[in-house]
Amino acid sequence: MSAVEIGLMIVGMALINLAIRWPVYLFADHVRFPPLIERALAFVPVTVLTAIIVPMILLPDGETVSIDWRNPYLVAGIVAAAISWRWHRLMPTILIGMAVFFAMRWLVESGRL
Amino acid sequence: MTGLRPLPTGLGREIARGLVATLPMMISAFPFGLIFGALATANGLSPLAVMGMSLFVFSGSAQFVAVILLGTGSALGVIWLATLILNLRHLLYAATLVDHVRHLNQVWRFGLAAWLTDETFAVMERRYRLEGGGENAHWYYLASCLGMYVNWAFWTYVGVIVGTRFEDIGNWGLEFAMVVTFIGIVMPALRASPYWLAAITAGSVATLGYQLPYKLGLLLGALAGIAAGLALQEWQRRRRIGELAS
Repeated sequence: MSAVEIGLMIVGMALINLAIRWPVYLFADHVRFPPLIERALAFVPVTVLTAIIVPMILLPDGETVSIDWRNPYLVAGIVAAAISWRWHRLMPTILIGMAVFFAMRWLVESGRL
Repeated sequence: MTGLRPLPTGLGREIARGLVATLPMMISAFPFGLIFGALATANGLSPLAVMGMSLFVFSGSAQFVAVILLGTGSALGVIWLATLILNLRHLLYAATLVDHVRHLNQVWRFGLAAWLTDETFAVMERRYRLEGGGENAHWYYLASCLGMYVNWAFWTYVGVIVGTRFEDIGNWGLEFAMVVTFIGIVMPALRASPYWLAAITAGSVATLGYQLPYKLGLLLGALAGIAAGLALQEWQRRRRIGELAS
């Protein structure tokens, strides 16, 4: 792509993002959601974030489902979920999850597991 | 009153707390910024273009998809469509938070909309749910936005610089930081069975639909999860009403 096209791509992407994020706030004075929609929106955090991460955990290569105890993403994900469930603390969840992930990866890649 | 107007009470506190609440998100986003900067540079984008994306598009997932699509020689329209579908989730975020920005002027609303990301949404949804709004809550929100924005731009730039030296940086597994962060957000939010059902449905559908173009599986998974959670909640409510009546 030429520099002009790259520039167009960026401007277009920026405008699309704005067109998604802005209107609800812009017209906030006129937007009142019915109770059913309000209740549906309460499910947004747990559904959207889960839909982002579960495929990353179960499909490490992006193609085949790997439900295997040697899948570092799966094992570290389960450990992180358990820690978060028990203590509700974000930083320990991140740090221990990452530590387990890199340890598992090293064990699997060096043939020890 | 003459002279300097004192800061409204709690303003500095809101800013500081917004930054502290966002710090874990910034830490987990840094590898993504780094990998994006390196990957985009390795794919032949100029430093100006890479920084332009992080500063003006400010959407990690869409930026990654755009670079990958560029690499496969996709047309501009395809890249724009992918951005649209991938980021429609932000519409749900804005709808979830709108009650708390309605009282602000349009300049504030524009900024808080333009800078709304997955991470800031997670931070703000939690804050409003646990503490409600408050006179200066929008400063908490703005601090979260700017923390993410500066962090993203900075690490993109570092990625641009190191990009040529660490070409395999995308294979280091650093992106797992985002996975554990989101796990740490989702688990405490699973407060009743409808939320569990919603999350399990969303994860399953997103995984089954992973091969769909434009990451459509993400949107379908989220919508299916919302529908399932809402249905179970409604069923439980009706059953409770039925028990009370009998």
